[in-house]
Amino acid sequence: MSEATTTKEDRPGNAQAGTRSADLTREDFETAQEVRWCPGCGDFSVLKQVQLVLPKLGIPRENFVFISGIGCSGRFPYYLETYGFHGIHGRAPAIATGLKLSRPELSVWVVTGDGDALAIGGNHFMHVIRRNVDLNIIMLNNRIYGLTKGQASPTTDLNVRTKTSPVGTADRPLDPVALALSLGATFVARAVDTDQKSVMEVLERAAAHKGTSFVEIYQNCHIFNDGVFERVSSKRVRDDNRVMLEHGQPLVFGNQRDKGLRLNGVTPEVVSLTVGLHTVDDLIVHDEKAPGTGMAYVLSQMRPPHLPVPMGIFRDVEEPSYEDLVASKHEVVKSKKGKGDWHRLTHSGDYWVVQ
Amino acid sequence: MTQQITSKDRQEDGEAAGRPLRNENLDSVVIRFAGDSGDGIQLTGGEFSRSVASGGLEFITRSDYPSEIRAPAGSLYGVSAYQIQYSNKPVFTSGEDLDVLVAMNPAALKVNLADVKPGGTLVVNSDAFTASNLKKARYESNPLDDGSFDGFRVLPIEISTLNATALRDSGLSKSEIGRCKNYWALGFVLYMHSRLLSEQIERVRTKFASNPALADANVVALRSGYAYAEVCEIFDTRYCIPVEAKAAPGAYRNVTGNMATAMALLAAAELTGLKVFLGSYPITPASDVLHSVVRLPHFNIVSFQAEDEIAAICAAVGAAFGGSLAVTTTSGPGLSLKTEAIGLAVMTELPLVILDVQRAGPSTGMPTKTEQADLLQAVYGRHGECPVPVLAARSPIDCFDIMLDAFRIATRYMTPVIVLTDGGIANSTEVGAIPAISDLPPFEVKFRAEPAGYQVYERDEYSARAWVRPGTPGMEHRIGGLEKHYLTGEVSADGPNHDRMVRLRAEKVAGIAKGYAPLQVEGNEDAELLIVSWGSTYGSVAEAVRRSLKAGKAVAHVHLRHLNPLPNDLGDIVSRYKQILVPEINLGQLSVMLRNAYLKEVVGFNRVEGRPLRASELCTAIAAMV
Repeated sequence: MSEATTTKEDRPGNAQAGTRSADLTREDFETAQEVRWCPGCGDFSVLKQVQLVLPKLGIPRENFVFISGIGCSGRFPYYLETYGFHGIHGRAPAIATGLKLSRPELSVWVVTGDGDALAIGGNHFMHVIRRNVDLNIIMLNNRIYGLTKGQASPTTDLNVRTKTSPVGTADRPLDPVALALSLGATFVARAVDTDQKSVMEVLERAAAHKGTSFVEIYQNCHIFNDGVFERVSSKRVRDDNRVMLEHGQPLVFGNQRDKGLRLNGVTPEVVSLTVGLHTVDDLIVHDEKAPGTGMAYVLSQMRPPHLPVPMGIFRDVEEPSYEDLVASKHEVVKSKKGKGDWHRLTHSGDYWVVQ
Repeated sequence: MTQQITSKDRQEDGEAAGRPLRNENLDSVVIRFAGDSGDGIQLTGGEFSRSVASGGLEFITRSDYPSEIRAPAGSLYGVSAYQIQYSNKPVFTSGEDLDVLVAMNPAALKVNLADVKPGGTLVVNSDAFTASNLKKARYESNPLDDGSFDGFRVLPIEISTLNATALRDSGLSKSEIGRCKNYWALGFVLYMHSRLLSEQIERVRTKFASNPALADANVVALRSGYAYAEVCEIFDTRYCIPVEAKAAPGAYRNVTGNMATAMALLAAAELTGLKVFLGSYPITPASDVLHSVVRLPHFNIVSFQAEDEIAAICAAVGAAFGGSLAVTTTSGPGLSLKTEAIGLAVMTELPLVILDVQRAGPSTGMPTKTEQADLLQAVYGRHGECPVPVLAARSPIDCFDIMLDAFRIATRYMTPVIVLTDGGIANSTEVGAIPAISDLPPFEVKFRAEPAGYQVYERDEYSARAWVRPGTPGMEHRIGGLEKHYLTGEVSADGPNHDRMVRLRAEKVAGIAKGYAPLQVEGNEDAELLIVSWGSTYGSVAEAVRRSLKAGKAVAHVHLRHLNPLPNDLGDIVSRYKQILVPEINLGQLSVMLRNAYLKEVVGFNRVEGRPLRASELCTAIAAMV
């Protein structure tokens, strides 16, 4: 390596020689690239929230890397003035794993979609989460293939008509939050694109979490799947169809905050808080720090019309991240063998010397 | 070396060496050990080659083992073999016609007999020729009794019994004693080949230092086999090849191609000061590279066992973006899976080395058998105009140099590079001098850290764009699979810009040939026949050329280490010869490329039998042409 390029072990928050993170604003994260999503796309609002969150994190701008796959979500890195890598379909988690493992000091983000992460990239999604690599994964879920123009995705509901299902889909959908929880995800959250406050909050919490943070954003594709999240996004009806998860708080919801969720056996059910049969003391109290994923999984199964959709942070627990575990294994070897020495290695065991 | 050699050991050597026997004077000896995969065949063979190595002789070895992990004992498909050719002259291959076959059971004898030369020696564990084992090997009657081996020198020896007798007081269990029989056989063969027993005893004591009881038992077995060979008077000759030219002073190792590859990764890290990142997914016959590297995290090297082949290369691409020397290792089916990501590395112009340890395909094919049939896939097998440099190693030791060259090309030209080795050289061994890192040519890698005027696809004198590490202030940029503007790196769907980029990428890779060393043509200057070889067939071809020249045939030989781009001087060389012969373990893939590049008719010599080409067959083909 030449002298000018000697690597600095710059860590997030350590602004030596770099951009001073304290001075960063949203504008510092905007690129000159024209944003090419359809006017009215939910991605715009997510991009804005990301650009607002990044300056708050105390990390020099040059230490952020955004990695994407293919689909409308794949364009995300081009619109952020950070290091960015637009990968191939479904493989962003694998690219990000290689980067994070070799450069653990970087803040690495993956932006993906429902088709990218769950269809072609399903395997990598599974393994990045079970390894708990310290990445932030934002999945823009619009329940449709947008960029390829309207085919059914793994999250498209049953019986939905799409370009590839003219008489309705026959494929049962999967739930990304339930899937992530089943893989032991250490951070799982969900928000809807129009609820900017919630998006901002879950992104900040995701960034603060060490380990894989998985954030599902319900994102409206008004070209191919318009209104699919209407129930939880429209101000008119959303309060009766969603329950906001708050750590340590009972699950209360409803336009008048007059309904709650309690467990009947292992099944959640809606109870009225006004008829006198139940009080908030009967309700499920949300615990995002619960050691197991069981209760979070039960919540992830709730869906309309009988149950509200949970929004917010399902789970946020501390477990060692993959790159830290790998580093600790390496330390074990280093403490036994010392720093690697080429001469010692090649002149040990099965070698001989000719005088 | 913890144990002193006792005077008794030396005495044994002395007696053995002093016994008045006629030594058979040969240029080289080829011996193959064969038995069940559980018989310790690879260990026995490896120990024998160490003995040859310490005697200062040259050799090349080859392992052939079944893909079944624990094939049923005695079965024909469960036979494992280890072959070595040694000589006091340069050795090019592990040999073909066997002087000696050591067969630990009937199946091993049956599977390998066809390779023994007429008059060759069969050392057979006659204890294993039971009715049951004969049936498993599909012998109607015991071939040791029915004259099947007339024309061979057969030495039926009750190895199991003799070994058990020697170890009856060892205190070991019956099965433990049974496992020592490979050392008994080794002792026998060492005597037969005039090797020193004392050195071998020393090696056993070192190898089993943690288990003294087993070390003692193996030494007893070894001595017993050696002594038996000496006193049983079944030999009238011993193989004895005197050392003619001593190797240059220095330290040496006997390594497989995969081990040499792993060492190259370490050397690359040491030379550049950069982190090496290996992303890999287990696949035969490439896994040993990963196995070696995972044991060395105290060097500047990170390995990642990915969830699949695609993740393995994508992780490597991510690491390359991060400024590491990235490599992914695989075999043919894995190369197919990695194809899309290689295109991504071409498009993003990131340095990456992809190692394909070729095996017999297509599909799962014969995973433990060798082949050279991925050449066209490596050179051409991607969508779009997607040029990738391709190099091939010619021998186990050459894997070291080739991998380092691949890293140099990858970083200088900012491109993925494919390296082809194969199951043959990956598992064969060759002796090489251990280089000091300071003896290797310097290897400097530059990152750009100067933001002023930075353009993502601005190119240097090698047509390479600059490598910029994330974390460098003021140089934030985006790259990816979408076509980019030729200078700024902005996403571009402009037709003329795409045409320009396609040509730039092609010219960049074509320009790599300017950095090659001139080709060396070996053999007869006035020859009308030129043999062009690549990859692991080097050994067989060099051997065939040597024999043909000795037989008075006018033949020349050029070996290619660079398959894409082809060397600039190859066209001239090819045009000087009337006939071109291209031996390959495929149906003529280099032939296709040569015809295409030089509009010259070439003749293929093609065998696709899962093993190295046979020099003798090649000699016949040469003789038919000149």
